[in-house]
Amino acid sequence: MSALQRFALTAAIGCLALFSAGDRASAQIKIGAVLSVTGPASFLGDPEKRTLEIYVDEINAKGGVNGQKLQLVVYDDAGSAENARTFATRLVEEDKIVAMVGGSTTGATLAMMQVFEDAKIPFISLAGAIQIVEPVRKWVFKTPHTDRMACEKIFTDLKSRKLTAIALISGTDAFGKSMRDQCVAVAPKAGISIAHEETYGPRDSDMTPQLTNIRNKAGVQAVINPGFGQGPAIVTRNYHQLGIKLPLYQSHGVASKQFIDLAGPAAEGVRLPAAALLIADKLPSNDPQKSVVVNYSRTYQAKTGQPVSTFGGHAYDGFMILIEAMQRAKSADTSKVRDEIERTKGYVGTGGIVNMSATDHMGLDLSAFRMLEIKGGDWMLVPGT
Amino acid sequence: MAELLQFISSGLTVGAIYALVALGFTLIYKSSDIINFAQGEFVMLGGMTTVFLTLAGVSVPFAALIAIIVTTAIGLALHRFAIEPARGASPVALIMITIGASIFLRGLAQIVFDRRFHSLPPMFGADPIQLGGAAILPQSLVVLASATAIVTLLWLFIDRTLLGKAVLATAANRLAARLIGIDTRRIVDLSFAVSAAIGAIAGILITPIALTSYDVGTLLALKGFAAAMLGGIGSAPGAVVGGLVIGMIEAFAAGYLSSNYKDAVAFLIILVVLVFIPQGLFGRAKVERV
Repeated sequence: MSALQRFALTAAIGCLALFSAGDRASAQIKIGAVLSVTGPASFLGDPEKRTLEIYVDEINAKGGVNGQKLQLVVYDDAGSAENARTFATRLVEEDKIVAMVGGSTTGATLAMMQVFEDAKIPFISLAGAIQIVEPVRKWVFKTPHTDRMACEKIFTDLKSRKLTAIALISGTDAFGKSMRDQCVAVAPKAGISIAHEETYGPRDSDMTPQLTNIRNKAGVQAVINPGFGQGPAIVTRNYHQLGIKLPLYQSHGVASKQFIDLAGPAAEGVRLPAAALLIADKLPSNDPQKSVVVNYSRTYQAKTGQPVSTFGGHAYDGFMILIEAMQRAKSADTSKVRDEIERTKGYVGTGGIVNMSATDHMGLDLSAFRMLEIKGGDWMLVPGT
Repeated sequence: MAELLQFISSGLTVGAIYALVALGFTLIYKSSDIINFAQGEFVMLGGMTTVFLTLAGVSVPFAALIAIIVTTAIGLALHRFAIEPARGASPVALIMITIGASIFLRGLAQIVFDRRFHSLPPMFGADPIQLGGAAILPQSLVVLASATAIVTLLWLFIDRTLLGKAVLATAANRLAARLIGIDTRRIVDLSFAVSAAIGAIAGILITPIALTSYDVGTLLALKGFAAAMLGGIGSAPGAVVGGLVIGMIEAFAAGYLSSNYKDAVAFLIILVVLVFIPQGLFGRAKVERV
């Protein structure tokens, strides 16, 4: 076979493959996703992508939605909001998706929001910030709980322990800053006073000077550490190193087994708010979320061989809310699906029980968070929360 | 008083980490005028390889040894396959190559290892030593002692051995060095290998304090480079002093001023020092003979 012939053959096969792919796609429901699969936010995007793939396959194996198969189109924004916006436009204009799940980070979500608002395509974000759903935008929804809820949950726990004066030591990364701002904003309403504040860089390797200042500050009754990544583990170790006896609260940002491993014995007694998913096996059997979180963690672990994270759970919730909305709408028409997403009531997900409305496009309340305490290298559910 | 001691202890801990990283820059610079921006990745490779071998069941000392060997081999490969073929290029172009190597190694580590944070058990336990009201971790002292030991060994090597003199000669004038029979390629090989080994040792020793992940090298290299510049690049004692000074400034700024501005304060002081002493604290000014 000459080189030319070979080329012609390859080209022909290529075209054939392309046409048949196009053919098949027309009978499918296209769902788009822009996730941070690689890059600094890959810990979010990676489990989200795996989760979406697992459940798209599962739904398709059961015959799809309303008799139509699903097709998932995933783009990786590598943690850049700019890329995300480009991909969002591509999803709308070229892939012609009917709905969108994802946007791993707040930055990416904010950058993509207008694209879907303009195109009138429902967009369920998997990012944390409250700005995504406040003010409410017609086509934008989100599944994860917000930083503000985490602050409120911690404050509620503090009040029940009769502690009212706190110190904050927060990371200067986006997560730490955002949660710090939310905590400062809701503190007065919760009757909590912030006696002292410190910060640290996200890659700092020693926080003892900041913690020494907190230790020396009179009147501080508890310490909260809004932060992410390895910072909170080092704060916890330094806290132990300095022998500070005040209760220490971490955020939902470090709610993973990895935090316990990294902080080691110093993590004993640390409390943090977290989604039910992390303690699936510890939930009482009458808990409404028990079965959904247990099923999701089993499926995810079996398919990927990795421990579950709440982030994958957010993707599960976003995807299932969308699927149920399509089933109720009995079609994949964008505006009908949007209306049905907004009518989601009593959806039991990994992140909590979702009750959406025209004024609430997240639909979670404080019961979505459980207060956990680290005991003997494992999570314990704090009774009464 | 107790808080002053605590700040000093923090400064020593952080400073010793910077010093260990900074030391890796000196030898390569000495022999070839290249600032190796992949040095941070050597630090990462040392830590991450040890962590993953330990997870695979290898004992920590043995894992550390393998990690040092692997990193040394990578350092050697960096020189042989990336720097040496471009040896005619200007130092700036060679520095660009090291930046490329740094990005490549970071990407590779993401795939070979993972993207999580990891830690290693400290050598002498996690219980802090109490010293006049300040608590210092034994591991910080290990890092400090190792930095001192490496400086001493480097000094003995450069000043007391023939091979060390050959490194100096290569740095001073490569052509002349070759004319008197020094295999300059071997010498630069050696300096990359030793720098990689120093980086790996640094990575292993600081992981129990600072934790490690595939991208830990970037910022460490930046801080280490700043320390090396402050101390006078190419000077081993300068690297250690530079590292400790930056660590101290950060700790005191965080303790007495505001933790918001500690990095800014540190870099401001470095700028001021370099404006007045451009060759760094311990560096020798370059003299051009005509």
